[in-house]
Amino acid sequence: MATTEGPGTPHSGALAHLRICDFTGVLAGAGATRMLAAFGAQVIRVEDPVREGRWDILRGSRPFKDDRRGVNFGGAFNHHNVEKLGITLNLRTERGRGILRELVAVSDVVTENFAAGVMARLGFAYEDLARIRPDLVYVSNCGFGHSGPYSPYKTWGPVVQAMCGLTFASGLRDQPPAGWGYAYMDHQGANFMALAVLAALVHRGRTGEGQWVDMACTEAGATLCGPEVLDATVNGRPMRRPGVPDSNRSRSPVMVPHGVYPAAGDDRWLAIACRDDRDWAALARAIAEPWAHEARWAGCDGRITAEDALDGLVSAWTRTRDAFATAEALRVEGVPAAAVARAEDRIDHDVATREWGLFPTVTHAAMGRVRVDGLPVHLSRTDWSLERGAPCLGEHNDFVYGTLLGIDADERAALHEAGVI
Amino acid sequence: MELASEHAAFAGKLLADLGADVVLVEPPGGHRSRAYAPFVDDIAGPERSLWWWHYQTSKRGVVVDLEQRDGRAAFRRLVATADIVLEGEPPARLGGLGVDHDDLCAVDPRLVWVSVTPFGRTSTRRDEPMTDLTLLAGAGPVNLCGYDDHALPPVRGGGNQGWHIASLWAANAALVAVLEREVGGQGQHVDVSMHAAANVTTEVGSYEYLVSGVEVHRQTGRHANDEPTTQSQHRAADGRYVHIGFTQGTPAQLQAIIAWLEELGLRDEHAETFWLDFGLERGGLHFSELGQDVEATAVFGAVREALELIGSRLPAREFFLGASERGLSVGMIVAPDEVLADEHFVARGFPVTIHQPELGRAVTYPGAPFTMHASPWRIAGVAPHVGEHDTSVLGPLE
Repeated sequence: MATTEGPGTPHSGALAHLRICDFTGVLAGAGATRMLAAFGAQVIRVEDPVREGRWDILRGSRPFKDDRRGVNFGGAFNHHNVEKLGITLNLRTERGRGILRELVAVSDVVTENFAAGVMARLGFAYEDLARIRPDLVYVSNCGFGHSGPYSPYKTWGPVVQAMCGLTFASGLRDQPPAGWGYAYMDHQGANFMALAVLAALVHRGRTGEGQWVDMACTEAGATLCGPEVLDATVNGRPMRRPGVPDSNRSRSPVMVPHGVYPAAGDDRWLAIACRDDRDWAALARAIAEPWAHEARWAGCDGRITAEDALDGLVSAWTRTRDAFATAEALRVEGVPAAAVARAEDRIDHDVATREWGLFPTVTHAAMGRVRVDGLPVHLSRTDWSLERGAPCLGEHNDFVYGTLLGIDADERAALHEAGVI
Repeated sequence: MELASEHAAFAGKLLADLGADVVLVEPPGGHRSRAYAPFVDDIAGPERSLWWWHYQTSKRGVVVDLEQRDGRAAFRRLVATADIVLEGEPPARLGGLGVDHDDLCAVDPRLVWVSVTPFGRTSTRRDEPMTDLTLLAGAGPVNLCGYDDHALPPVRGGGNQGWHIASLWAANAALVAVLEREVGGQGQHVDVSMHAAANVTTEVGSYEYLVSGVEVHRQTGRHANDEPTTQSQHRAADGRYVHIGFTQGTPAQLQAIIAWLEELGLRDEHAETFWLDFGLERGGLHFSELGQDVEATAVFGAVREALELIGSRLPAREFFLGASERGLSVGMIVAPDEVLADEHFVARGFPVTIHQPELGRAVTYPGAPFTMHASPWRIAGVAPHVGEHDTSVLGPLE
């Protein structure tokens, strides 16, 4: 399906033939259609005019650019919804539901990450919408999926991470779980959801067949600690055991020393990973202290046996050194090392980031120019592009209802007056 | 066609389990990741690595020596049969051997070629060494994870997630190129930077800075923030940890918490219950009020303290089920292997059991990341042995 000209005209052509009727929100859902929009898919975000789209808690929430507040000023909302079109549509009204059916009829994909059952209660389950559009790709993403005893339960990123094993697997020995200090699984959930959309579109291209995809974000997350799971199912060794996890160390593959060591300055840290004896020899030369050249450290077995002691010695060496300069010096010697980067370090002071064009500036109708995450892939012919900020509430009503669905201006005004759009 | 690597193996698995016919190309003797622990019965061996078993499901395996002229000829013949080439080789290696994308796309202009490298193919930093740890440290995630006590180091989340992030992007970009090819008729090169991938996978860690110049700081088991926030993770009565969730501010949720406190006889023990009543009277809370509106913030605080109190009196599972049944979004912190034994995931068919010839018995694997109803995800076969499909794959091409 070709996109129509107007504000929907994409900069990137890779997916310009696709239209997505998008009910996603927050990051776990919105991040999926963000990626597709960056490649030119026409993503039409459907929001509720009655609640001003605040089902998505990020609409109107911090961070705020220039401290300006309001429903169109949510910094995270802008971030996750760049390049999308936005319409308001009241699905409580019969006319609103009729308009949605018109939109679905001209869409390739429907995406949603409401709690399980919400779309069905609105009358927009897959079965309902496939009657309108038989080859529809319809992807649902919620915490526990649409079947099973937990399916009615609501989740957020941190809850998903707790329930799928990722929180447990992150932490230091003899400490509580450190978990993830951000919604890692919202990012990955979005990536998995995009994969579901893309895989279903590939299937449609080959067979003409649409389908419903039921994604449980907890299950997607539970695929991300596979070797640890097989250690339990094959060897009978549960991960819940003393000394585990200790995730700054590495046992799969085995690397010693391997850790995050203190550096000079306030809360500055240096990550070092010795993959093998050659890396260790190079690190020992850089340390250039007598202890580092002792034979006991030369072999991997010796380093594992006294790993705590070795980490203590390495820490004593790193503690007075600059994290960035030391990391660079070690990398020159072939040893993997990196300063633990803060946002400013990795966004504004990393040559690889700059060369990649990783943080483009978009223009938002209300917020103005704002930098956002770009994409970590470059396609040689049809690359991504991010230029437009997230839609303000109902920003593209005229384009979508008028140009796309052929509702004339008088009727649009009446629909607005009646609280339908 | 996938050239074996640590960091793109998951991308190959994603596509293979979704039905792609993935041929995995290894050097003579097998790829080095066959030496990654854990091993069956803790005994190392090229066919005993559980790392290998997990990441190479549904793939066929061949041995091709790219250092030899014959091997490169076999490689070219394989590429000619492929829709997608997926590789994680050092940026200059394949070009040096005359078998890079530039050399081979003329043979098949429809070829989609995906390169997964630490910093991208053309970066100034392209030849720097990198592991999952140094990747996640240099690109942001490590700085955001750890403990309230900053004398403890920041933490790398477990499971080699840097590789997973890059692999998801690689698989997605490959399919974008495949879908574009259906329209445009041409293939293209896809350059994936692992560093960039992790660098745009930090949520608040990036957008707080990008929007308002704020650096957020790591905290125990909860979101990094510029100002300290209250604990979200608590020990339940059985010693296991629970997460008390994020925002529980609707009138129904506030009512449920008050009723639950009363049911457990804890209403008087919770000093802040009046804030719950107050929150109910003012018609609930919206997330955007947190930290902005003094009263709303006090209600949020009372909610958290109530859930902490209840959590401390119940075993983790009972807390999770009790809260969830009351419409509250909380979690219990389970180990990855415990997920596969949980009744919910069993009921959904998430654990997948397949026959493992090496053991002569069935083994349970993590299952589908999502359930596709028309083109189901499946594990088509266990990970290949070294050169297992040389004859069946390479033979017909000679």
